[in-house]
Amino acid sequence: MQTKVPKSDPQQEVASKELHRRVRLRLLRMHYESGVGHLGGNLSALDLLLTLHHRVMEKDDLFVLSKGHAAGALYVTLWSLGRLSEEELLQFHRDRTRLAGHPQADAIPEILFATGSLGHGLGLSVGLGLGKRLRGQPGRIFCLMSDGEWNEGSSWESLIFLAHHRLAAVVPIIDLNGLQGFGATTEVADLGSLADKLRSFGLQVREIDGHDPEAIRRALQVDTPTRPTAVVARTIKGHGVSFMENRMEWHYLPLSAEQYALAVEEAKRL
Amino acid sequence: MRKVLATTLVGLSKDKDFAFLTGDLGFMALEPLREAAGERFINAGVAEQNMVSVAAGMARLGFRPWVYSIAPFLYARAFEQIRNDVCFHKLPVFLVGNGGGYAYGVMGATHHALQDYGALLGLPNLKVYVPAFAADVPVAAERIARAGGPAYFRLGSDETPKNFVLPAYASWRRLLVGGGPTLIIVGPLAGGILGAAMQRPTEIRPTLWVLSELPVLADEIPAALVEDIQRSGHLVVVEEHVAEGGAGQALAYALLLRGAAPQHFSHRHALGYPSGFYGSQNYHRKECGLDPQSILALTEKP
Repeated sequence: MQTKVPKSDPQQEVASKELHRRVRLRLLRMHYESGVGHLGGNLSALDLLLTLHHRVMEKDDLFVLSKGHAAGALYVTLWSLGRLSEEELLQFHRDRTRLAGHPQADAIPEILFATGSLGHGLGLSVGLGLGKRLRGQPGRIFCLMSDGEWNEGSSWESLIFLAHHRLAAVVPIIDLNGLQGFGATTEVADLGSLADKLRSFGLQVREIDGHDPEAIRRALQVDTPTRPTAVVARTIKGHGVSFMENRMEWHYLPLSAEQYALAVEEAKRL
Repeated sequence: MRKVLATTLVGLSKDKDFAFLTGDLGFMALEPLREAAGERFINAGVAEQNMVSVAAGMARLGFRPWVYSIAPFLYARAFEQIRNDVCFHKLPVFLVGNGGGYAYGVMGATHHALQDYGALLGLPNLKVYVPAFAADVPVAAERIARAGGPAYFRLGSDETPKNFVLPAYASWRRLLVGGGPTLIIVGPLAGGILGAAMQRPTEIRPTLWVLSELPVLADEIPAALVEDIQRSGHLVVVEEHVAEGGAGQALAYALLLRGAAPQHFSHRHALGYPSGFYGSQNYHRKECGLDPQSILALTEKP
């Protein structure tokens, strides 16, 4: 397969570290001010979302957030790109908002689909990929999925279709944080190695540290390969805030004032 | 009807936005379409949830995909994909459910669609088309394509009576005038009842209307139908669908809103499997009092 991965640039690395820190703080503030939980899965996905949108995606590329509960991380990512305003972030989770707890239909141009029920995003991405192929249009479709949503049969249906049609333009990215709604993925429905499962369907799989922007960037540089690629990103639920890391309750809980202050201190240092 | 649809879609397949997805069905019917549509004919396999999501993804890029399966496998299996991926986004995805009502007969309950449009009509932006006759299919299909929103196309078998000149497809059509009650029928069931009613003396036969598009909106009920209902004093609604969420309930509600409630109202509808036995489509219709003799017995009751 053909990939062109530009060499890493130390200045760029410092800049992206700065960016990630700034956006992580904005995410924490947004959730805190709105009294909203769901932080764990947002923090595990944030580095992936930022790297993808700032350093990987080009004008013909499309993005689908299959794990709709990471809407907050997507909103702050769009904010960091100047596509959502500060005023709009203040409306997160409030009445008469475009920024609901999960991405809504036709609310924001960059968000192609309302998601939130798991197991839809890969099929939608595959439809975009097939449509592009039939039209002869360039561009890739990046689909950010959770590990929990591989419990959904529809995810596997879509994987079968993607592999069979060799839709290499569709790149599933799995935020493998190991925790799902009410337990660890290994306790609820242990799939063993998801990467091996994906490989057995004929995909090429890149396993990376999902909090390393440089590794993310390299893994996502997929240029018209002949074989579909998936990226399995090992992440930490609640990444960057020690009392949230790998703790299931932060799938749900909002922050108290003290917790918020503590979280900000830690996130600043990251 | 599906063969007529296949021929119609061969014509529509010349459009650059045309695409067709099937859930691994269509043997001995869809081959000409597969030939004509080429790579835009996609056998999505036995995976209806993914098939609907894929269609929604394609529609986002400007395609106008038709999605085909046996009715329950499509509307019931992929209900959430229809709701979230298609209807929430008002996408031009045209769902074709073959075998409305008891059409799959002795294949059994898993293959029947007795709750399809009732389940779907609560969804935003979706319109349901129930052709009564094979001749309706091309016109209705073109209407669906032109409307360009989410649609459910419920197909059955053609039962057009011989020697009857059908008026062109429309959402509402009056096929017969008589001195009896006003009868509204949804779907191919209309053919057999029409054939039997035609043989009856004018003064006692029903005034027969066919309804082909849902939801029923109070404002869109034809004035002539309201007059027929008022004049006859008795409205009978017949459909191969359960009462819950069906056209009978919708019509009663719409007529109330319209201030045109009938003096007497009867509803004949699918009842499921009251005897616990299974048989042909006609066997099940008879068990529910949906066969022509039972309907005429009802409309001619003194």
